[in-house]
Amino acid sequence: MLYRESGDFSSTYAQDSQTFPIKFDRYRYYFVLFIAIVVIPFVINDYWVNSLFLPFLIYAIAAIGLNILVGYCGQVSLGTGGFMAVGAYACYKLMTSFPDISMQVHVLISGLITAAVGVLFGLPSLRIKGFYLAVATLAAQFFLVWLFNRVPWFYNYSASGQISSPERTFFGIIITGPNTEAWATYLFCLMFVIFSAYVARNLTRGSVGRKWMAIRDMDIAAEIIGVNPLRAKLTAFAVSSFFIGISGALFFSIYLGAVEVGEVFGIQKSFLVLFMIIIGGLGSIFGSFAGAAFLVLLPVALKIVGVDWLGWPTDIVAHLQLVIVGGLIIIFLIAEPHGLAQLWRVAKEKLRLWPFPH
Amino acid sequence: MKLKLTTLALGAALAAGPAMAELVFPSLSYRTGPYAANGIPFADGYQDYFTLLNERDGGIGGEPIRMIECETGYNTEKGVECYESTKGEGALVYQPLSTGITYQLIPKATADGIPVHSMGYGRTSAKDGTVFKNIFNYPANYWDGASVAIKHLLDINDGSLEGKKIALVYHNSAYGKEPIRTLEELSEKHGFELSLLPVDHPGQEQKSQWLQIRREKPDNVIMYGWGVMNQVAIQEAANIRYPMDQFIGIWWSGSENDVRPSGAAADGYKSLTFHNVGDDFPVFADIQKYVVDSGKAAGAGDQIGTALYNRGLYAAMLAAEAAKTAQGIHNTKALTPGQMRDGMEALEITEAKMTDLGLPGFGPEFQVSCENHGGNGLVAVAQWDAAADSWSLITDFVQSDQDVLGPLVAEDAAAFAAESGITPGC
Repeated sequence: MLYRESGDFSSTYAQDSQTFPIKFDRYRYYFVLFIAIVVIPFVINDYWVNSLFLPFLIYAIAAIGLNILVGYCGQVSLGTGGFMAVGAYACYKLMTSFPDISMQVHVLISGLITAAVGVLFGLPSLRIKGFYLAVATLAAQFFLVWLFNRVPWFYNYSASGQISSPERTFFGIIITGPNTEAWATYLFCLMFVIFSAYVARNLTRGSVGRKWMAIRDMDIAAEIIGVNPLRAKLTAFAVSSFFIGISGALFFSIYLGAVEVGEVFGIQKSFLVLFMIIIGGLGSIFGSFAGAAFLVLLPVALKIVGVDWLGWPTDIVAHLQLVIVGGLIIIFLIAEPHGLAQLWRVAKEKLRLWPFPH
Repeated sequence: MKLKLTTLALGAALAAGPAMAELVFPSLSYRTGPYAANGIPFADGYQDYFTLLNERDGGIGGEPIRMIECETGYNTEKGVECYESTKGEGALVYQPLSTGITYQLIPKATADGIPVHSMGYGRTSAKDGTVFKNIFNYPANYWDGASVAIKHLLDINDGSLEGKKIALVYHNSAYGKEPIRTLEELSEKHGFELSLLPVDHPGQEQKSQWLQIRREKPDNVIMYGWGVMNQVAIQEAANIRYPMDQFIGIWWSGSENDVRPSGAAADGYKSLTFHNVGDDFPVFADIQKYVVDSGKAAGAGDQIGTALYNRGLYAAMLAAEAAKTAQGIHNTKALTPGQMRDGMEALEITEAKMTDLGLPGFGPEFQVSCENHGGNGLVAVAQWDAAADSWSLITDFVQSDQDVLGPLVAEDAAAFAAESGITPGC
């Protein structure tokens, strides 16, 4: 009844091709933005920002990045953790070498550096496909982690091999280090999330994204109709790594503050982000958010319910978490192989007909 | 949305009300994952001692103790979540039992004014209290361990290690890398040859490292391992028939759970420790009476008297004594984290005090001061007897080589102070 396009007329091409053509969708989107930008910063505290919002926002950027590569361009990658590490270490080197430059510049340059590294490791994708490419990116994962562990220049020769983020600012507001305000770090990450989602959404529905999808659906056919596979695949690797690099930089500098590459950016991280996009929905920006939310919020929610409300022993809750998250993943994939994004799409279709379905 | 708002409000209310009449000791434990075999006994000991104080004495100085357990899985991200979720409840001191999480907490806890006690782990230079005002690592640290291991080797080699080969098998993380600097200095001083063999997390795969040891035949192997890595290393050493009495682990590689899987082959394995072993202390009778018999024992209750249980108990005992000291200094029963910090800095452990607590001769005597947050670095060597299924101390508590460690601590602390803009001072 509420949710339908009737009466919603477009009189220009711009109106017709907007991201949310249905008025109700558009207002919902504005409402979410309003809550996220104007309301949450005033009510947020350290616990909420460090336990839920920062990991959710940062993983969402990583998921968007990986979704471009896997979901839109069809190139399977298991190197996400390694590329996040590139972003983190690039950010660390920039932060310590140029202390006076504002933080957002460091984060963006870290993204660009990661894009370059991503292109380099994307080169084999021109020759190898599918599972074989996954193995090649797996090599990137292990190589990059090994490199950052091995070469002391990357961690400024510190005795422990850890990198820790010094205090840096964004227009005079402290956003890294221990003396940050919850709202500042939250808004800083939110800014990058909105930027990433906006860029990704508009890239994927433009000519670049259509080329990626053509390559994904059938690369030979795409080549015949004039898509250059070299450019399409490498731009996908570049854009994907750019976002993943941004997320790695934020993960290190804003969220954790001190990072040990083997533990934080190991192969588990690659799998975690891959699970996020598979559960959320391949080839969907909304799916990246849904998947990140699912895998970040669910363990915390289960912990709060199990330990704080029911008073169960922590180890039982930790084991149950694995069981429940694993079980839910299987249930979701059986009930809806296209992920949470498809559930959302189906729900919207149903809502459009409600209350008079055929 | 409504639910979210109420939970938000609940979170805010919890954060705003630390003025509760309880002493809050969070226990950032790990009972799951590849490090659980070592995390469980420590967590049990830590909790049982506080339960004992609650049951027997009604808390510390009449003030009841509240423990909050939070599972970290030895994972830094979960550690951050645990820290944030417990700090609002008035947590007095954090003991995360993870060097990675300690590195996370050093800046955060300093900014929040909450003390961290990384007992025998964490950042070694936290010994320098003029720089690390909120961080304590008494009674001994990683570098003390490395130094005492070398001292022990000097003792059994008639005072000279000239031309010997020593291999360091270490967890490839901030933890395992800690002793490298010290061992390099010591190898110059004593003329032994040091080779480094990193093992990646979680440490189940060590074939190539032990193949290298088999080939190079080092005279001694020192291990800085944790969790499943210990068991695997000792098993691999047994497989290549490496003589166990030439194999020394740091105190984190010296629990029953590490040696038992190898059975009789682990006989003679040595490990360092900074407190005594076994359950032959009067306090264990009280634990049996007040904690175990009343069904309040933490975990499965089957770890009592093991090496890591004792370490958890020791950590809790030091925290309780620091709280008592703080209550004395500030003449109050309810403590704030800042007052707890003062208590830790004024902590003095004497033999008389330990005897009073039912722990005679359990650890070395030491006194914490503003300059020295790390104690005296007294460490003993224990040896595993597989037939008797027990550890026994084979040396006295000996002090580490302060001539070598002092300048290293000062150098690293000064680097940290410069990096984070701290002016050292008391």
